Amino acid sequence: MKKALLNFFSKIEPNKEKQPLLHTAYDAFFTFAFTPNETTVNGVHMRDGMDLKRLMVHVVLALQLCFVFGTYNIGHQHFLALGEYTGFLEGAHLKLAQGLLKLIPLYAVAMIVGLGIEFFYASKKGHAVEEGFLVSGALIPLIMPPDLPLWILALSVVFAVIIGKEAFGGTGMNILNIALLSRVFVFFAYPTTISGDEVWVSGLVATAAGSGVEYGWWHNVFFNGIFEAFGWATFDATAVVADGYTGATPLSLAFKGGWEAVTAEYTTAQMWWGTIPGSIGESCKPLILVGALFLAVTGIASWRIMVGMLFGGVVMTLILNAWGATEFMQVPWYYQFYMGSFFFAMAFMATDPVTASGTTTGKWIYGFLIGFVGMIVRVMNPAYPEGWMLAIIFMNVFAPLIDHYVIEANIGRRNKRALAVAATTKGA
Amino acid sequence: MKSAHRKSLLLIFGLFLADLVHAQSQAIQGQSWLIYLLLAVAILLFFVIVIQVSDNLLAIEAKRSGISEKAGAFSIFPSSKELLPSRKPNYATDERVIHSSKGFNILLEGNIENGQVNQAKVNTYAIKPQNFIGISPIPKVTVEVGDTVKAGDIIFFDKKNPEVKYAAPVSGEIIEINRGAKRSIAEVVILAEKKMSYRTYDTPDLATVSREDLVQFLLGSGVWPMLRQRPYNVIPDPLVVPRDVFISTFDSGPLSPDNGIVVGGREAAFQAGLDVLNKLTSGSVYLGLDARSQTDAPHTAFSGAQGVEKIFFSGKHPIGNVGVQIHNTRPVSGSEVVWTPDVQAVITLGALFSEKKFKADRIVAIVGSEIKIPQYLHTFQGARISELTDGNVASDNVRYISGDVLAGKQVASDSFLNFYDDQLTVIEEGDYYEMFGWLIPIAPRPSISGTFPNFLFPGLKFKGDTNTHGERRAFVKTGDYERVLPMDIYPQQLMKSILVNDIERMEGLGIHELVEEDIALCEFVCVSKQPLQQILREGLDRMREEG
Repeated sequence: MKKALLNFFSKIEPNKEKQPLLHTAYDAFFTFAFTPNETTVNGVHMRDGMDLKRLMVHVVLALQLCFVFGTYNIGHQHFLALGEYTGFLEGAHLKLAQGLLKLIPLYAVAMIVGLGIEFFYASKKGHAVEEGFLVSGALIPLIMPPDLPLWILALSVVFAVIIGKEAFGGTGMNILNIALLSRVFVFFAYPTTISGDEVWVSGLVATAAGSGVEYGWWHNVFFNGIFEAFGWATFDATAVVADGYTGATPLSLAFKGGWEAVTAEYTTAQMWWGTIPGSIGESCKPLILVGALFLAVTGIASWRIMVGMLFGGVVMTLILNAWGATEFMQVPWYYQFYMGSFFFAMAFMATDPVTASGTTTGKWIYGFLIGFVGMIVRVMNPAYPEGWMLAIIFMNVFAPLIDHYVIEANIGRRNKRALAVAATTKGA
Repeated sequence: MKSAHRKSLLLIFGLFLADLVHAQSQAIQGQSWLIYLLLAVAILLFFVIVIQVSDNLLAIEAKRSGISEKAGAFSIFPSSKELLPSRKPNYATDERVIHSSKGFNILLEGNIENGQVNQAKVNTYAIKPQNFIGISPIPKVTVEVGDTVKAGDIIFFDKKNPEVKYAAPVSGEIIEINRGAKRSIAEVVILAEKKMSYRTYDTPDLATVSREDLVQFLLGSGVWPMLRQRPYNVIPDPLVVPRDVFISTFDSGPLSPDNGIVVGGREAAFQAGLDVLNKLTSGSVYLGLDARSQTDAPHTAFSGAQGVEKIFFSGKHPIGNVGVQIHNTRPVSGSEVVWTPDVQAVITLGALFSEKKFKADRIVAIVGSEIKIPQYLHTFQGARISELTDGNVASDNVRYISGDVLAGKQVASDSFLNFYDDQLTVIEEGDYYEMFGWLIPIAPRPSISGTFPNFLFPGLKFKGDTNTHGERRAFVKTGDYERVLPMDIYPQQLMKSILVNDIERMEGLGIHELVEEDIALCEFVCVSKQPLQQILREGLDRMREEG
């Protein structure tokens, strides 16, 4: 089996000179299927079993629970808006179908566009395709609202990969987190699309009561055909948004009316378990924490950054609580963590090993400041009630500076120690 | 200065707290628990300070009246020593023990089961000029093919430093002078006699000889190249007096030999060597002793050595590396020089004085998963690999490594052991494809990563092979380097400063404290499969040219 596959691969190998792009793609898929037979030269004779592919794929593995829940929640929110199947498990097949119809195109577009650019640049530079986009491509759909137009997603990925990464020299050289950069692009280039309450629930013409649903061929013919054959409930193209539905996220509610406004709409259990509108992957806190724990225990993501960020967030919310000038500031500090995407940013965004601070001390500072600054942006920013995207991008820019000072301190310490040793040297 | 700093910080913190409380009092009801919390913290802090101050006063008073010198005897708090059980092993309770939790032990198959030393049946030996860093590739060879030499006779010298002489490890006939690329001398091969004959030395009396005469004698004797100098790991400069001499008496590398066995029967020579070194340095001779085991004390030749400073080290590899030990005791900076001979070099040096013979015999560990019977062999410097492993290698597709799998060098089977190595490791070549090897590795492999189930089997020994397990990538900041380097050094930043040729930064980040073997474990764990040892050597070469 293995031998046959190897033979097959060697048969289809394209010519490197004549078809560089094809060969790059071939090489990427081949090294995906087989770890190459390279052996060590000049240096250590044995290497750790860990490589960048394995590192990256474990982040993707940690995201899987978020993918599953996020998919289902897209459908769940859709039917909540219509006032149908309001129980979490009611109409599960419809919710799953709706979720998949939204998520798969987002994922496919992000991957095809992103990897296409990676392959192109890799073949142009004549090196192997690097694995960075494996993670970025998995993160991007999860931090986008479900109803984002696909062309905006494609543009944002193009911007993030070309300007954010390839312009700096590829994976490992970028300064800003690629996934967040694509989100920032959407946020600043198409503010009307991503702000407001419309985009957080999918498949509706509008969120006002009485608005219709947007169903297409896949709903009306493909899935309804299957569901009818099984005798299950089908998508109802005449359904309208129920009375009294707003589709607002907890954060926008908190921004307008504080904790009371939030609890009028959602229970704390709903917010904790994630059955609320929001970006696709960020809503279910326990599943994100499982992923975070997995990353911290396996040592893939820095637990120092995570703890530092949690600490920074807590300190800032306490300060805001004590200040209490607006209703948003008065939201009890522990409830701040029930809303928004704090944990998702903490587990998967801040810990990016390329853009984070590289020194141990620096990681503490970096994490703390993200938590601290992010909470300020969330609560005090008048336009957009969430802060992690901006805080992390901001601290990405400052990470080299933090590292610089940590390293300068190390140099200073070394000089001091050299003087101390010289002072005690005999015969000098 | 520092306490003023702290006081002002405390003041700012206090003001901040007051501000918080003030702001809180104006805030809405129902949030007042925050005030109570802050008040509680303030009260707690107050009491802690009061208790701490009175406790210190008590201790000061006790010390002044000379009742007890023992720390903590008068304190109501238990000292940190009482709270944490001492890591010091029984045999070193009163010694200085330095522990580091950083590092990683690579457990490999093919370790030696018993400490018996067998006699090697090796006939050919060679000295390879390339083993010496910084000497010219074409040294002046003073012998010709067909000449007979005695052990200790000079066979070549470097034209740049003609006073440093390189000696034959065994007596016999020069059978080959092999040349490598660009007519460089690759190896000078000697066919050993059955009965060893030694060059006679006019050994000076250690009690009366001056340092200059001693250095002149050692330069001509042939043992000088065995003493190595840091920074750069080069042959010592005869004009420079070393600040200190550091000797690590244990090797923590994978499958490394036990120096207790190496020194066995040669204790007197070891002590004699230490005495000579004491004459050569202006400072002290430091001995790094093994405190890794709770029960097994180091060999008495080490723990009972006279006239040296003894420091115990415990932890994981690379704690046995002399560079790590220097860093944690008296680190070197750019202008300073220390010598770092290994244990067998000290023994050879001592035998030159105690027996007046050039005894370059070495106890070599023959180890690795592809060795049928791992064992210690008694032989001489530069023994031929194929004769050392004759009939003892399990398969064909293997790699011979002079040294350990981390810092050793690959050697051909018909080549010779390198000058400074006392270990020969033979492992399997890893030139195979592995299906989805990065995702679901089938065979167990050593790794520090928690993504492998290795932590479930703490004592498991790995076969290990030379596969890179992935391709080379750009540096990422995983923090793995810092996990395995027990030094206050940032390896990744140092590597980058070498790559951009920033001399000042290299020096500032501590390049002088490192040689390849110290950074080898970082290279092992590197997920980007970067060649750190090679980069470091390039940086060291550049520093040497500059300085």
